Amino acid sequence: MERHEYDVVVIGAGGAGLRAAIEARQQGKRTAIICKSLFGKAHTVMAEGGAAAAMGNVNPDDNWMVHFRDTMRGGKFLNNWRMAELHAKEAPDRVWELEEWGALFDRTKDGKISQRNFGGHEYPRLAHVGDRTGLELIRTLQQRVVALQQQDEREHGDPEAFIKVFAECTVTRLLKDGDKIAGAFGYWRETGDFIVFDAPAVVLATGGIGKSYVVTSNSWEYTGDGHALALLAGAKLINMEFIQFHPTGMVWPPSVRGILVTESVRGDGGVLRNSEGRRFMFDYVPDVFKDKYATTEEEGDRWYTDQANNRRPPELLPRDEVARAINAEVKAGRGSPQGGVFLDVSSRLPAAEIVKRLPSMHHQFKELADVDITQEPMQVGPTCHYVMGGVEVEADTGAASVPGLFAAGEVSGGMHGSNRLGGNSLSDLLVFGRRAGLGASAYVDGLAARPVPAGVEEAEAEAIAPLQRTGGENPYEVHHELQRTMNDLVGIIRKSEEISEALQVVEKLKERSKNTASAGSRIYNPGWHLAIDLRNMLLVSECVARAALLREESRGGHTRDDFPGMSPEWRRKLLVCSAGPDASGVTVEERVQPSMRGDLITLFDRAELEKYLTEDELADYDAAVKES
Amino acid sequence: MTQTTAESPIRKQRAQLNVRTLRTDRWWLTPALTFAGLMSFLIYGIWAILDKSYFAEPYIAPFSSPCLATSCPEGARFLGLAPFGDWYTLPPGLLILGLPGGFRLTCYYYRKSYYRSFWLSPPACAVSEPHTKYSGETRLPLIIQNVHRYFFYLAVVIGAILAYDAVLAFRDEHGNWGHVGLGTLILLANAVLIFCYTLGCHSCRHITAGRLNHFSKHPLRYKAWTFVSKLNARHQQFAWASMYSVMIADLYVRLVAKGVINFPFA
Amino acid sequence: MGYKAKFRVWRGEGGEGKLEDFTVEVNEGEVVLDVIHRLQATQAPDLAVRWNCKAGKCGSCSMEINGRPRLGCMTRMSTFDESETITVTPMRTFPVIKDLVCDVSFNYQKAREIPSFTPPKDVKPGEYRMQQIDVERSQEFRKCIECFMCNNVCHVIRDHDENKPAFAGPRFLMRIAELDMHPYDELDRRESAQEDHGLGYCNITKCCTEVCPEHIKITDNALIPMKERVVDRKYDPLVWLGSKIFKRSN
Repeated sequence: MERHEYDVVVIGAGGAGLRAAIEARQQGKRTAIICKSLFGKAHTVMAEGGAAAAMGNVNPDDNWMVHFRDTMRGGKFLNNWRMAELHAKEAPDRVWELEEWGALFDRTKDGKISQRNFGGHEYPRLAHVGDRTGLELIRTLQQRVVALQQQDEREHGDPEAFIKVFAECTVTRLLKDGDKIAGAFGYWRETGDFIVFDAPAVVLATGGIGKSYVVTSNSWEYTGDGHALALLAGAKLINMEFIQFHPTGMVWPPSVRGILVTESVRGDGGVLRNSEGRRFMFDYVPDVFKDKYATTEEEGDRWYTDQANNRRPPELLPRDEVARAINAEVKAGRGSPQGGVFLDVSSRLPAAEIVKRLPSMHHQFKELADVDITQEPMQVGPTCHYVMGGVEVEADTGAASVPGLFAAGEVSGGMHGSNRLGGNSLSDLLVFGRRAGLGASAYVDGLAARPVPAGVEEAEAEAIAPLQRTGGENPYEVHHELQRTMNDLVGIIRKSEEISEALQVVEKLKERSKNTASAGSRIYNPGWHLAIDLRNMLLVSECVARAALLREESRGGHTRDDFPGMSPEWRRKLLVCSAGPDASGVTVEERVQPSMRGDLITLFDRAELEKYLTEDELADYDAAVKES
Repeated sequence: MTQTTAESPIRKQRAQLNVRTLRTDRWWLTPALTFAGLMSFLIYGIWAILDKSYFAEPYIAPFSSPCLATSCPEGARFLGLAPFGDWYTLPPGLLILGLPGGFRLTCYYYRKSYYRSFWLSPPACAVSEPHTKYSGETRLPLIIQNVHRYFFYLAVVIGAILAYDAVLAFRDEHGNWGHVGLGTLILLANAVLIFCYTLGCHSCRHITAGRLNHFSKHPLRYKAWTFVSKLNARHQQFAWASMYSVMIADLYVRLVAKGVINFPFA
Repeated sequence: MGYKAKFRVWRGEGGEGKLEDFTVEVNEGEVVLDVIHRLQATQAPDLAVRWNCKAGKCGSCSMEINGRPRLGCMTRMSTFDESETITVTPMRTFPVIKDLVCDVSFNYQKAREIPSFTPPKDVKPGEYRMQQIDVERSQEFRKCIECFMCNNVCHVIRDHDENKPAFAGPRFLMRIAELDMHPYDELDRRESAQEDHGLGYCNITKCCTEVCPEHIKITDNALIPMKERVVDRKYDPLVWLGSKIFKRSN
């Protein structure tokens, strides 16, 4: 069997993985990058808006403290505050170093990196390149890896002496030596041959879990591999109940289901209608917002031209409210033919105006859906977008509870609390990718002896099993049923009974997945690959459902129909998932969230904190204010 | 860097498909039309060079302008000059043929069109070419295509002369200003199209500012580049339009000279 | 709404293989990749195809549909007649691994041969100052999603495998142009563009531009300007003389 020895193995070649690998290599570590797709195809390319970093290029009042506050507010104060602090402080340096590696951001008039406004950010803060910032980021990091390889070729005669990419290679198990990480086991997608990495440190950077849902903006790779690998290796996941759903994703045609429709469609006058043609959002204005939103269509329409004397239309309610309303309409049978609602801008603005204001949307629908949004309405519905939860890590090093295991990016948890702000994911993966690379390198330096991996045979048997069964379950069908279940029962709006039902279904699917069979050979066999990925998706789905069942409040990316309010008591609690090494016995425990450091909490006003904190915490706050 | 199991024997071969192309559309149509179009120009050009009726006061046929030989009629001579003496007896058009000819021959757009339609290299995208070897423009003779920018400089001169001819066409056959005939308009339109084609040339785009890395330090050149870039985006259209306009203008003047078309409409 | 479409898909491993016929359901609004996925889920579970984003942003699902290089996710079924047989084959220029999946390592090899961005040593991160108009040209090239269809369609290597060592392909010649036009890049890339990366092989027949799903004007904005820059360096005595006399630089 093919075997390689490395100091640091990075699983995932998106932004976080590449940044971690670059850092490990710069620390002189022999580094492997393993990715399921080709090099440079990771899901990071889908990020559009930009990377949030308080550089103050556009508004000089911006600084890390403002960014920190915005991030904590966005996450409804459930964030790991140390991560939010590091993120806000280090993001500018991480963006600037990209320029040295060849990134070309859009510019301000004085030649600096331009920054744009985005929801939840007080100042213009997102470094961007048009609407393809993620692509720029991944290409820059990819080209930085190549630059390092060229340097190694000059110095050592071998470009892959210190950093090598193992593309189209999937890791199915982390290998351990006692309680320590000792390597990873996987297979080449191309040949189906197995491969073993001996490495004392593994950095997980595998992204999210969106493929457990039918409607998602995520690609096939997002099967929660890193989440599952960490669990199976004995690490913990936190905040798994928090999943961000974007209210307007495309639902039709099927090929693009889930692709985002930008919020500015509504900002520019687009209205939501159900199958009866009714602007249903007027029926869904919650009491707390009653005085801020228009009650008649006439008033709402006047707002677009006269914002001072009219209240805004209810289409512009916060994302979770809109998503909830769309969801309710569809469930009540008033959805569009393909299971969404209509988002119509064609009857609201002249065609030329639409093309001018929404060029990328016009293009997106034209190219992907053959829909001319100047002539007909779009169909939209909530789409699974981002998982806030992930591997529980130490903020400064990205270290998980298992020695030698690190995580960064979407697969790690805590940074975004219960809800992520737009633009914070790209900066997150740069900041914590680097930190995980540093952490892993330091960990390797501190080891007395290299660990010896055990468990290769078991991993091999597990991976080959679906190919050896005949006449078993079709993995595509199991996958589809899981997606439907999660989408319908643990989706954007959750209820105790539905989640329990989902857990029962997942339990059955777990049994069925143990009996999947994949026809064909080992060479590039997608049916086999899916059968293997199913284990991860089921495991992660179970964590999501169990955590969602426990958290009896609504906060950020977790909305419980039966517990609609936000509770300060629950804010102090994190839900921590763990599982046995055979993927059984998923348990969820409560853990108390550590209190914010005095100098950080005093960055906020008491009035704001009162909405989130318990009386005890507020007393601590008063003491901290006195002290400072 | 993505080499995986490099030693694995299964990965060295292309998909075996023994057809020239799997395209189902009429991919041969464009090269065929291009071939016909370019051939018509070549054939017309040869005839026009040999044809002697190239001047009818105040019009001069573009294929024969500037007229530099002593055989040129008095009024047809460029600025009244005839630098080539009596010894030159061949058609005067031959003297200057190489300038616009060379410009078009080395033009990036024409190169594309005749590489595709004449040399079939390739005839259309994703259609195999018939040649077994290919070295492109890396060696003689095709490496000479790199002289394009010199032809551009010369083409600017020719363009200016055609514009000058168009201005002279605002006189009537007796030399009085103020005449506007159909020929005037044709020559004028031709001169404009020739300029749009010439200034939209890729070499021109490079010379104005394309070679710079800091547009912001050269605002005027950047402005020029922006203008040239707009023309350049339509280079193909201008190449065809100006090719046909020059043919039409040339033929028109000759028909006037031959008396087929008569003043005052002309 | 739905209908049964006739598909011919190249199936095989390591070059050996043949076109296989399928009849498969097609629903309104679907793209070719959806149909391939339906084949996977219902008739050919081991049919190999690369894909990721399904939105034309990652450049994974490059294939040839009725002989034309296309992204499977961006080719709508409505562009075909219902009676038409749709032939789907892997990219022709690269060795095939299985079915529609090619070994595209040629491209990664070439990527590594292009010298990286070389900024001046004395400019620190955060100190970069560039005007928008100075970065726009290179930004266009950075829209590239690396689907490699330009390299696939380019006849220089598509029809002449033997040119592969000497020719970087449109994708990476464009990368050279991108770096050469970068306001902070210090390397003179003109000589090597011609001598090491085979710019001279390009006969500007524009197929790269024709197939680019990002609509990058590869030929007009990258390859030809790069050729002109090479002329400055290698074939233009006037420019050479001028630069000697005036010691001019950009």
